[in-house]
Amino acid sequence: MHIPDGYLSPATCATMYAASAPFWYVALRRVRKALHTRLVPRLSLFAAFSFVVMMFNLPLPGGTTGHAVGIGLATVVLGPWAAMLAVSIAIVIQALFFGDGGITAIGANCFNMAIVGALVAYAVYRPLAKRWPVVAAGLAGYAAINISALLAAIEFGLQPLWYRDASGAPLYCPYPLSVTIPAMMIGHLTIAGFAELVISAGVVAFLRRSDPAMLQGGASSRPIPAWAALAVLLILTPLGILAAGSAWGEWMASDFSDPAARAQIAAQSLHQPPPAHAPQGLARLATIWTAPFARYAPPFIRGVSFGYLLSAMFGTGLVMLSCLTVVRLLR
Amino acid sequence: MSFLERTLEGLHEAMQRAFEAEHSAASRGLLQQIDARIKVLGLFALIVAATMSRRLWPIAALLALAIVLTALSRISIRTLVSRVWIGALLFTGAIAVPALFLTPGTAIGSLPITRQGATTAGFLILRVETAATLAILLVFTTPWAHVLKALRVFRVPVVFVAVFGMTCRYILLLLDTAHDMFESRRSRTVGTLSGSERRHMAVASAGVLLNRSSQLSGDVYLAMQSRGFRGEVYVLDDFRMTLRDWAALATFAALVAAAVWAGR
Repeated sequence: MHIPDGYLSPATCATMYAASAPFWYVALRRVRKALHTRLVPRLSLFAAFSFVVMMFNLPLPGGTTGHAVGIGLATVVLGPWAAMLAVSIAIVIQALFFGDGGITAIGANCFNMAIVGALVAYAVYRPLAKRWPVVAAGLAGYAAINISALLAAIEFGLQPLWYRDASGAPLYCPYPLSVTIPAMMIGHLTIAGFAELVISAGVVAFLRRSDPAMLQGGASSRPIPAWAALAVLLILTPLGILAAGSAWGEWMASDFSDPAARAQIAAQSLHQPPPAHAPQGLARLATIWTAPFARYAPPFIRGVSFGYLLSAMFGTGLVMLSCLTVVRLLR
Repeated sequence: MSFLERTLEGLHEAMQRAFEAEHSAASRGLLQQIDARIKVLGLFALIVAATMSRRLWPIAALLALAIVLTALSRISIRTLVSRVWIGALLFTGAIAVPALFLTPGTAIGSLPITRQGATTAGFLILRVETAATLAILLVFTTPWAHVLKALRVFRVPVVFVAVFGMTCRYILLLLDTAHDMFESRRSRTVGTLSGSERRHMAVASAGVLLNRSSQLSGDVYLAMQSRGFRGEVYVLDDFRMTLRDWAALATFAALVAAAVWAGR
């Protein structure tokens, strides 16, 4: 789960640092507001606890043992923002001093485990916390570790698509998504996920008996704003590049003269060959408007994934601006 | 080995690593005499250069450089092998070996291995070993508190630097507490525990440790307040650049530039 140096390209690492930075900034502001002068000792102690609990060997059914990351537990006790910071600090110290996880991959590891993990754990825990807190904590831990593993698998699987040397040898993680996702998920859906479920549910059950006041942190936090979920979705938009071909019916006039596109259209249309030329109406109307970000690839951006991300940001901003304008007009 | 022994071994190993790093950082080797900020910047840049390289030989050259720096910094090769190389090789090797056979490309003679597979496995193993060796050079030649203070060169907010420092200190305390908890439990355990009992024990230990952390956080806060802490964090920055540090900075810059140029 802790990605070492050398598995991800520098560009991926830089992107993940950039993706994590706004979350760290907002989390620090929120936690500082809530804790005031208690911030430094409380975060330090809980980060130290997160570090130590990651070293616990947990006996699992079937005779095996597993390690928990403690994301679910940290979120339940501290709330999502403080958990994000505490687990991030634990990850940084693990990478710097204990060689667990890479230094260049700190951004990716924090994004996968501390940031998305805490947000997912909170989204699962909060609705169920009042009625079934123990079950909610277990499910929160299970969901958090699995989504974190899925993100790591996606980051691994994207490397051979984008980074190869002149001979075609992958420069970083060599396996495609079809290998990385099952390889990561089988272990996490079973052993690691179960370890996380046991530690989260077990410790919450223990605290309910011994110190119920400690469980107020996660349940009483303010809800996560929609922008956080939106930001995660925006960052994941370059995944759209992986979809091969174009959607049925979304053809361009030029596709009718391109043999590869013609074969694709035929394959998607129950092997009915498309007309030899683009329909006249399509050819005429297609030239009326040329989109500035045609096919989600702004002409002034060379990087495909960055262009995709920029298109997503531009599109989202435009939709939000339109909604705000409509709301203002209706007032 | 039972889960108790395994946990104890893990906790003990972490404490031992911290002790070894502190001991090694106190010796008078080459890197120990250089400003912590230069080491953080220089070694991080070398790790990035190793990660950026699109050729194998510049990464191998960086690994050789890291080994030379290790020897000049009076860190034993045995430490390097046991603390870094074996673990990294076993973990990355398990991932890299299937790539030899699974990566499509031109076959090497009559072997079921492709040239591209061998290249990608080489990249993965060399990069991981080089980065891990450079990373251990930093923590084995610099007191941890100095590494954290030096993070200010990356514009890490001062509050984070303070939290990192306190976390490091309390990690050692909590490791010791957890170690004592498990050790005392082991000394009272007679016979074999069932799976469910062992799970209960592990979970209850985590719960007790969480409780202690929470209580300790309150105690530490009160102690800080009684010493005049009002929420503002200051980090004493006692680093001074000497001629040797400037020379080290220039050397690191030249090495990084050469590695990036050779690996492009």
